[in-house]
Amino acid sequence: MAIVSIRNLVVEYDGRRVLDGLNLDIQSGETMVLLGGSGCGKSTLLRHILGLERPNSGSISVKGTDITRCTPAELKKVRRSIGVAFQSAALFNSLTVQDNVALTLREHTALAPSIIDLVVWMKLAVVGLADSGRRFPQELSGGMKKRAAVARALALDPEVLVFDEPSAGLDPIVAAELDELILLLKEAFHMTIIVVTHELPSAFRIADRIAMLYNGAFSAVGTMDQIRSSGNPHVRQFLDRVPDNMAQAPAIAAHFKQYLQSQEPTQ
Amino acid sequence: MATVIEDVGKKTIDHLNYVGSLNIQLLATLRAMKSALPFVGNRYRWKASVQQMLQIGVDAMPMVSLMAICTGFILAMQGASELRRFGALHYVIDLVAVGFTRELGPLITAIAVSGRSGSSFAAEIGTMKVTEELDSLRVMALEPIEFVLAPKYLAALITVPCLTVVCNVFGIVAGGLFMFFSTRLAPLLYFRSVLDSIVLSDVITGLIKSVAFATIIAHVGCLEGFRVRGGPDAVGRSTTSAVVKSTFLVIVADAVFTAIFYFTGKS
Repeated sequence: MAIVSIRNLVVEYDGRRVLDGLNLDIQSGETMVLLGGSGCGKSTLLRHILGLERPNSGSISVKGTDITRCTPAELKKVRRSIGVAFQSAALFNSLTVQDNVALTLREHTALAPSIIDLVVWMKLAVVGLADSGRRFPQELSGGMKKRAAVARALALDPEVLVFDEPSAGLDPIVAAELDELILLLKEAFHMTIIVVTHELPSAFRIADRIAMLYNGAFSAVGTMDQIRSSGNPHVRQFLDRVPDNMAQAPAIAAHFKQYLQSQEPTQ
Repeated sequence: MATVIEDVGKKTIDHLNYVGSLNIQLLATLRAMKSALPFVGNRYRWKASVQQMLQIGVDAMPMVSLMAICTGFILAMQGASELRRFGALHYVIDLVAVGFTRELGPLITAIAVSGRSGSSFAAEIGTMKVTEELDSLRVMALEPIEFVLAPKYLAALITVPCLTVVCNVFGIVAGGLFMFFSTRLAPLLYFRSVLDSIVLSDVITGLIKSVAFATIIAHVGCLEGFRVRGGPDAVGRSTTSAVVKSTFLVIVADAVFTAIFYFTGKS
């Protein structure tokens, strides 16, 4: 059963079409990786899945609620079942890590403070930060911040967990640790996981299915093997790391030569 | 010619759009204010309000006091140099007392708070926007207006009138010091004359103005933060814009209120 269903999604900014009639079903319990190069529209798609922006047309249903047309109260209800780890972690710098994780529990539940402390400790332990709860976000490394963001996203035990560029800005070892954490969460909590990334090794490590975006449209959607064997030229270009516009070395050399000649002092 | 008319029309629409946004934000904040109140609201929000009160009010007291003392001296000296020629030196007391309670107290306080806190609101919210913290609040089903703006507005509504009273007192004391050193007027006699020269409506009109100024400063500062688009440079621009626009609007509002009070016989 599809937990997230996208139908004919069209998004335009200043007359420029960013997402062009997207259709996608994300099944409950699967890890869907939205893969694509810079500027292909994957972050825009994610913002629409989270209900942060309204599309020009089309619909996005999360757990059966069309979040493009629902009331603010319905949207809030849907959002409580989604946990998000942002690219920049987006932790509140004025709060300690444990207060960051406790925030949604304090705001949305009637749990006693001692129970909240216990839940927070458990969430931090899951991501390996049980000893760092009293530290402030600015005292953490990049990888620790991302793990703290995951702990915060897990606070309300969401059904859908969303990662925006989890490996961005991290060294390969920390990025791999984060991949393992995503796999662990999926195995332990049977969550639906949506990951936006352009990192191929990470995508092929964690994905059940991959949706490949190119210029605002899906060029391929399928399992890892289907994507690997895809004959679509855009998919092949991305997987084989072929540059879009090959630099014309002779042309650039000629340009520089011409420029330097024009700068030479007249004899 | 057509271009000039187009530019004027575009600027007018932009300004109307800005004023409209301010009003929409004000209404949304008033609806969310209950959550920031003690006893009936959310205790974390009230805690945030108290923290804001310390930053807006207590931390600004030395600056506002010093500005009030300097302005009190300036007003007394400038007034004395003219009034002495007509043998009306004792009117300096009325000038300082009425000038501060009706006009200078609220205005000086507003300018100080605008420079300190208005800019700080814009920078804080702008940074939150750039680092996706506002988005993370939304996806955690928390409203930024309620979570960020309501405590700031409540704090400004309480502290700006209090600071205005402090400003009035220090300005009048400065006038008393001048009178003591220039004419050997006994402090007790000075304060008795001050109480004779001001009436309750002077104090009330000054406090009404200060509440309006607090509204302008808090909302312009926060709106500038919410309107940040781009990176850190946009945060810098929003900070400058917050101070410039709030100071301008405070002076415009002051003129409007003074005219209303003048024509309705309140001053």
